[in-house]
Amino acid sequence: MSSRMQGSTLQLEADVLVIGGGPAGAWAALTAAAKGSNVVLADKGFCGSSGATAPSGTGVWYVEPEARQRQEAKMSRYLMGGRLAENEWMDRVLEQTYENMNRLGGWGYSFPVDPDGGIFRRGLQGPEYMRLMRKLVKRAGVKILDHSPALELLADEHGVGGAAGVSTQGGDPWRVTAGAVVIATGGCAFLSKALGCNVLTGDGYLMAAEAGAEMSGMEFSNAYAISPTFSSVTKTAYYRYASFYYEDGTVVEGAGSTKGRSVIAKKLLENRQVYARLDQAPADLQPLLRVGQTNFFLPFDRMGIDPFKDMFPVTLRLEGTVRGTGGIHIVDETCATKVPGLYAAGDAATRELICGGFTGGGSHNAAWAMSSGSFAGEGAAYYAKSLGRHAAKREVHGLSSAPIVSSGTYGSLQEKPPIAAEEYIRAVQEEVMPYDRNLFRTDEGLRDSLQRLDGVWKSIRQEPIHLDYQAVKKREAAAMAATARWMYRSAQARTETRGMHKRVDYPELDETQHYRLITSGLDEISVRAQRVSGEAVSL
Amino acid sequence: MIELISDARCVQCNLCVSVCPTNVFDTVDNDVPVIARQNDCQTCFMCELYCPADAMYVAPHPDRLSGLSEAELEQAELLGGYREKVGWGPGRTSISSHAFLAQLAKRSVP
Repeated sequence: MSSRMQGSTLQLEADVLVIGGGPAGAWAALTAAAKGSNVVLADKGFCGSSGATAPSGTGVWYVEPEARQRQEAKMSRYLMGGRLAENEWMDRVLEQTYENMNRLGGWGYSFPVDPDGGIFRRGLQGPEYMRLMRKLVKRAGVKILDHSPALELLADEHGVGGAAGVSTQGGDPWRVTAGAVVIATGGCAFLSKALGCNVLTGDGYLMAAEAGAEMSGMEFSNAYAISPTFSSVTKTAYYRYASFYYEDGTVVEGAGSTKGRSVIAKKLLENRQVYARLDQAPADLQPLLRVGQTNFFLPFDRMGIDPFKDMFPVTLRLEGTVRGTGGIHIVDETCATKVPGLYAAGDAATRELICGGFTGGGSHNAAWAMSSGSFAGEGAAYYAKSLGRHAAKREVHGLSSAPIVSSGTYGSLQEKPPIAAEEYIRAVQEEVMPYDRNLFRTDEGLRDSLQRLDGVWKSIRQEPIHLDYQAVKKREAAAMAATARWMYRSAQARTETRGMHKRVDYPELDETQHYRLITSGLDEISVRAQRVSGEAVSL
Repeated sequence: MIELISDARCVQCNLCVSVCPTNVFDTVDNDVPVIARQNDCQTCFMCELYCPADAMYVAPHPDRLSGLSEAELEQAELLGGYREKVGWGPGRTSISSHAFLAQLAKRSVP
């Protein structure tokens, strides 16, 4: 790896560049480095604390390699996901996750001992896990660029060969040329302040699409989490112990944490506040719950509320494609995209391959992040190697759909002052956050939203982006607008209800639509159907 | 939302500036860092967790401050409270290996 400062731009050369330093990016970097690649990892925030995994505990889809247990694991969410998961991919991810989790133990993660004296590896505490991942990545010789959001991919006629961005601490631009790039930037939660999710704004989707990659399953993008109205903590799993009430203490019929979430949404749409109380949790379970998710209880403790005894107001916070399953379309087992040199992992890549159109708890998500990160890291390392030693010295150019201009040229290019990124962001949020637009979808509503979102996109993509702090927000706004448009275009095309995708005007599952929806394009978006490959899971 | 960096407790290690995923803080030469972009705070509590001096307080509400003074926070033992629960800090054991985690998984239906 060589580095030099050109002007104030940090220039680096690497075999593999990983964009994003959550679990998927960290595993990709670690795996690529283990295959002998020189690796740079650029994170928008801080590798170790950024993203949806770091702040809290998560289950992990860790299943012993025993035929019956594995088969049950695969079946558990297959129908809920609308039979869009693939048997072979589930096998691969179960196998890789098993291997990675065992390795984590050897590398110093301290797993609990279970009551039978065995090691319990079906969960991870985010702060501990990601602190260790950072340490391992550094130890492997990976160069980490923290607070360094990527703004655009770089490419030549052969494919993707790097990325460029800016440091939000110091403001200097950076540019990494590389043989291969792994996008591990997470999903898109539209700045809803769901726990740890505000760095997840769909940046990688946009960059990948600008390079010519496609998206898959973007209709599965309407995950909402239950959270107290006064809190960012979106750990919905514990609400299985909740009862839901109106203000006067009468029960909200049908409300629940899984199937009854729509009931809560409907009441909130009617402007009736819904309250929860974890009164289904037996007393002896309560201390266990407190350890399982420490920050679930933090807001309650700080507000002086006992969630097991007191009613508290709840809301539904959008988690978009972070808990939804849509993302960048993957074309082979190495998590390659259709663009040479470009790979995707974690929530940035479609999770349909193991979840179909629905994800319940975080265990599949954590398994997918570490497995797809490993697959992509290895794939990228081999690809970079196949290009030869001079791959990082190619002449590559930026791919941003709105031109990125260097400091000082902005004023002369603009006649009127640019619209603040915040305005665009608000405009996108108004289309994707309301339950009656995104959770309960209709053709009319989708068409209506798309008309406005197309307008937002047209306006954003015409404005040059000045390379400064505001550039990051502008690109986030563009990524959110693009993501929302792919979501709603595929939601329009899927005229049925499947997985988490709910069409009020088509409330039933339609057997003839048992396929994936692949979306592509930026100014003009097209949607095509693709057969779900591989054998079905036997039930 | 991040509410307080205690001048009295802060040791100026600037770890909060580094670990904040959304770049809320700015360093100040030879001084306590400042909360420079409070509205960018996503209320993830990571700064509190990493702060070695228990000098920070994140109000639970993502958009509103608690209005509590440093003296009140101190009295209520809210400074450093989260770090203690997670088991980070000298002389503590991280909850990652807590036996309750395995017991909990046994009892809850996935």
